[in-house]
Amino acid sequence: MKKNLFLFALVVVINAKRFEFSPSEVHLKRGVPVTIRLVSTDRKHGLSSKPLGLELDGNDEVTITPATAGTFHAICDHYCGAGHGNMKMTFVVE
Amino acid sequence: MNRRSFLRLSAASLGTGALLQFTPARASLSHFAMRNGEAPSPFSFVQLSDTHVGHPLGTSAFERAVDTVNALHSRPDFILFTGDLTHDSEEAGEHAKRMKRFKEIAGHLHVRKRFYVPGEHDAALDGGTLFREHFGDTHYSFDHRGVHFIGIDNVSEGKPLVGSEQIAWLRRDVARFPHTTPIVVFTHRPLFDLRPDWEWFTTDGDDVMNVLAPYDNVTILYGHIHREHHHTSGHARHHAARSLIFAFPDPAATEEKKPLPFDKEHPFRNLGIRQITAPALAVNDIELTAREISGTEGIQQLRKGGSL
Repeated sequence: MKKNLFLFALVVVINAKRFEFSPSEVHLKRGVPVTIRLVSTDRKHGLSSKPLGLELDGNDEVTITPATAGTFHAICDHYCGAGHGNMKMTFVVE
Repeated sequence: MNRRSFLRLSAASLGTGALLQFTPARASLSHFAMRNGEAPSPFSFVQLSDTHVGHPLGTSAFERAVDTVNALHSRPDFILFTGDLTHDSEEAGEHAKRMKRFKEIAGHLHVRKRFYVPGEHDAALDGGTLFREHFGDTHYSFDHRGVHFIGIDNVSEGKPLVGSEQIAWLRRDVARFPHTTPIVVFTHRPLFDLRPDWEWFTTDGDDVMNVLAPYDNVTILYGHIHREHHHTSGHARHHAARSLIFAFPDPAATEEKKPLPFDKEHPFRNLGIRQITAPALAVNDIELTAREISGTEGIQQLRKGGSL
């Protein structure tokens, strides 16, 4: 039964618009698969966090299994204008 | 052996500035001449980066940099601009005006040639269309006195990316040269993971470096991070240049990527130019606050100091 529990991963939707992500902080469980879905609502954005293996662009998703507890920052890495450099969010893996 | 070991240096400090005189070691000259087929001769060039023309802080540092370059004792053969020439604007026509203004200021440089690659503020919003109208291709290569120069575009895809098409071009471009050929790559973003959570990386930078890995003498000159930084990977030396608008903090010392505070008393602190002397490709970073020794004045000052 426990084996089937993770057949369907949790889905976390991250909405991106200039120059913010919503939500700006997401809590994940270490070892639990989760699908991160990026929705760009005004123009194309990216969502990048190397330690978490996130490299999304536009409207895109990826399923990850966080291996390490900690706080990880993710950034928009698709240039979107003057405030792009401060467009970021946080993942907390517990 | 470090990069300066090729040179016999005599340096004389005056105030905060310094003039470096150099004579290439004969052994390295004959080596390059023998392997590359072109008789090399010493020369220098200058890297300027992140001028951000149109940024609210203005262009006075860029104008001062032009004066500094024009006063250099050793006149550079050319200038490499490593991106963010302009600060982008979404107001119709404004970005084009800024590119024209940039060209006006750059036109005061006393050099025959200027080479450009874009930064994200120049080319990421429109895929490089406006940049190409004003400056030509976003990636290309050329040869100068036995050194092969390659401009790499890692911004106009919108992301920190070079892309498979450009990497295939790079592979064809360098395949023409023996592995001993000195190569200088100039680009905007770092080609290694300097600080990914500050967007100080290029997603496929490793692929670029793998193409260059067989070459013995690779120098990467880049900007983007608005501070001096030096890094070595394999045979390659990576050098980030200061900007000409504002400085970012040390990424190893802080979590926040916030520009260092502007100091009215010292408006050019942490801003600067870079002179590179070939064939050793020795890097000399010069802060704009430094007093330059140049021309007749510099020679006289050196003579007084007994260094000539």
